[in-house]
Amino acid sequence: MGNFPAPCSQSDNFAIQSQNLCRHYRMGETVIRAVDGVSVRVRTGEFVALLGSSGSGKSSMLNLIAGLDRPTSGSVIVQGRDLSKLSREELAKYRLRVVGMVFQSFNLIASMTLAENVELPLRFAEVDRSERDSMAQSALDRVGLKARLNHRPSELSGGEQQRAALARALINRPRLLLADEPTGNLDSRTGTEIMDMVQGFNRELGMTVVMVTHERALAERYAERMIFLADGKLVDDRQNIPARASAGSHPVDAGARS
Amino acid sequence: MKIPDLTELALRNLRESVLRNSLTTVGISVGVASLVAMLSLGTGLQQLFSRRLAKSGLFDTVFVSSRRELRGMGREEERNGPNPAESRVLDEAARQEIERLPNVSEAYPDIRFVTELRYDDKPHLTMVSALPDSAKSNDAFDGMQGSFFSSDSASEAILQKSFAEELLGKTPPLGAPEPNVAELAKPLLGKELTMNYARRQAMPSSLAPAAGKSAPSADDLAAAAYSVISRQVKLKIVGVSDLDPESMRGPTRAKVFLPLKLAESLHVMQPADLREMTRPAAGDEPVYSSISVRVKDPAKVQSVEDSIKKMGFSTFSIVDASRSLQQVFRVLYAFLGIFGSLALTVASIGIVNTLVMAILERRREIGIMKAIGASDGDVKKLFFAEAGAMGILGGIVGVALGWAIGQVINFGTNIYLRRQSLPPEHFWVVPLWLAIFAVVFSLVVSLISGLYPAGRAARLDPVQALRYE
Repeated sequence: MGNFPAPCSQSDNFAIQSQNLCRHYRMGETVIRAVDGVSVRVRTGEFVALLGSSGSGKSSMLNLIAGLDRPTSGSVIVQGRDLSKLSREELAKYRLRVVGMVFQSFNLIASMTLAENVELPLRFAEVDRSERDSMAQSALDRVGLKARLNHRPSELSGGEQQRAALARALINRPRLLLADEPTGNLDSRTGTEIMDMVQGFNRELGMTVVMVTHERALAERYAERMIFLADGKLVDDRQNIPARASAGSHPVDAGARS
Repeated sequence: MKIPDLTELALRNLRESVLRNSLTTVGISVGVASLVAMLSLGTGLQQLFSRRLAKSGLFDTVFVSSRRELRGMGREEERNGPNPAESRVLDEAARQEIERLPNVSEAYPDIRFVTELRYDDKPHLTMVSALPDSAKSNDAFDGMQGSFFSSDSASEAILQKSFAEELLGKTPPLGAPEPNVAELAKPLLGKELTMNYARRQAMPSSLAPAAGKSAPSADDLAAAAYSVISRQVKLKIVGVSDLDPESMRGPTRAKVFLPLKLAESLHVMQPADLREMTRPAAGDEPVYSSISVRVKDPAKVQSVEDSIKKMGFSTFSIVDASRSLQQVFRVLYAFLGIFGSLALTVASIGIVNTLVMAILERRREIGIMKAIGASDGDVKKLFFAEAGAMGILGGIVGVALGWAIGQVINFGTNIYLRRQSLPPEHFWVVPLWLAIFAVVFSLVVSLISGLYPAGRAARLDPVQALRYE
């Protein structure tokens, strides 16, 4: 924890800065340019949607920001840290402390109960057991799953699983929430539920959110900014006024009225 | 990750695929069991031998003889030592002096002679020797019929089995099974044996001057004179020994044993007496051809030997033999260990296999853990912990299994020994150090087996792993 490079003060306004970011894969003879020279800046506290058709490189971009992958060239600086310069060990710490991630397929560990899944990052952070329990409980409480502590993921609905995944992503109080098609496996109503929560974290906790989606409607409803990718290149970057601007509105309201 | 967390996660993961992991663990336990069984057999045999040898008195005994004997075991000394004719006489004074040396528990004269024994009016010639009271604990009298001498000066005798056969006229033909010692003893115990022997008697002082009167001038050897008289003594047979207590002595081994004090009081003419006759100062005091010295601790044999040599006597002990015996056991140990380890090596391949399978199966899980912040080290440690847990578990079960196998074989062997009317033995011994060593060894082997799978799991690319369904 201690030897982590301190963020530079000058980039405080930007949570994420990418400079000519490239990620190329070699598949036999051909080179696949999954991310091909993308330069973007995301302000701290911004809710950004990364849009594009499948194969546009949006997930690859997210993996680079998450520190799961390393750029072929260019740089990505998150919270003042140049990820391409971090060691494997430092990248793991970065993922543990700075980033929270949710996935389309929830990615909970099937052999563990919800409470164990949620507290797993705390184990890697070497938090004491006594603290872990209460932290996991309050995180699950926040996403409304307090009663399901000791259930296994397979005993829950998709929406509940994604809520648990959100609780896990939040447990280490990260500055950045990265969501890869978080509603992709959910029906529209539970999708809305999840998205309202994400929006809540963005507004109430001031977390920077980057969400990958192929649903333009979803992005328009929640994101403040929409970045369009095609063939690994940035094709459009526009501000958006979220349709659900009123923070107070309850997620179920819309469904109930329609 | 902290060690308790690691252990907990590892055990949880092992429980997830119970069958496969149990089978792997069973493999390890069989390996450990075979190692434990082999090494405990080695330990047991070694203990058995050392116990036998210690009880036989060979390893804590120093044989002392005078240089005047001219057939000392140390040829080197014979050449370099003092002139035999001028060296010290092994008499009672020397015996007492030796007995007073530090670490010496007793020093007793070696009295042995060939003489005639009559049983049922039939004469039998054999070697007779005297036994000190301490010989009671001698291993050679294990399985003896009857009892040891009632006292150190009782007129009693113990027979060796082969002599008992001779007395009864039952000597079996060569190669035939040996008769049971209990059957041999039954008709003999309590019976009387008559021993004829040559008693050495000092010439009465009144007789000597009388002889002097008749021939006063010349050969006035009265001071050293004694007569040899044929005598008889009746001995009660109290015991028949199954084993041969003096097998080490080869052709001079005795078949009839008398209590030491009794033998001394008989003043039997010894071969050495004749030679000593010519020594000017020779009197009636007995001179021993050799003395057996029992040392309190086998480790002290060398120092006792040295001090006796300084007194001017020749010595002999079997310390060197015991050293080479230890060498033999070390080699035996190594071989048994190698054979035992083979099974463990096979089991370790099982660990590698199980963990590599687990990586394939839990690829996605590893990806998830990495995505939420697990470092390469965390993943590596987790797989190590799983390998280690299987190793410790397998080790403990294996030690128990090895011990159980040993007990069963011990039990079986002892049934066999009892049928042969031999005393039971402990061939299979699992000492604490072996149990601990086996568990630690199993752990180390498992961790080494975990090296490759853990490294492979740690290097897994999280993006690839997460894509894997």
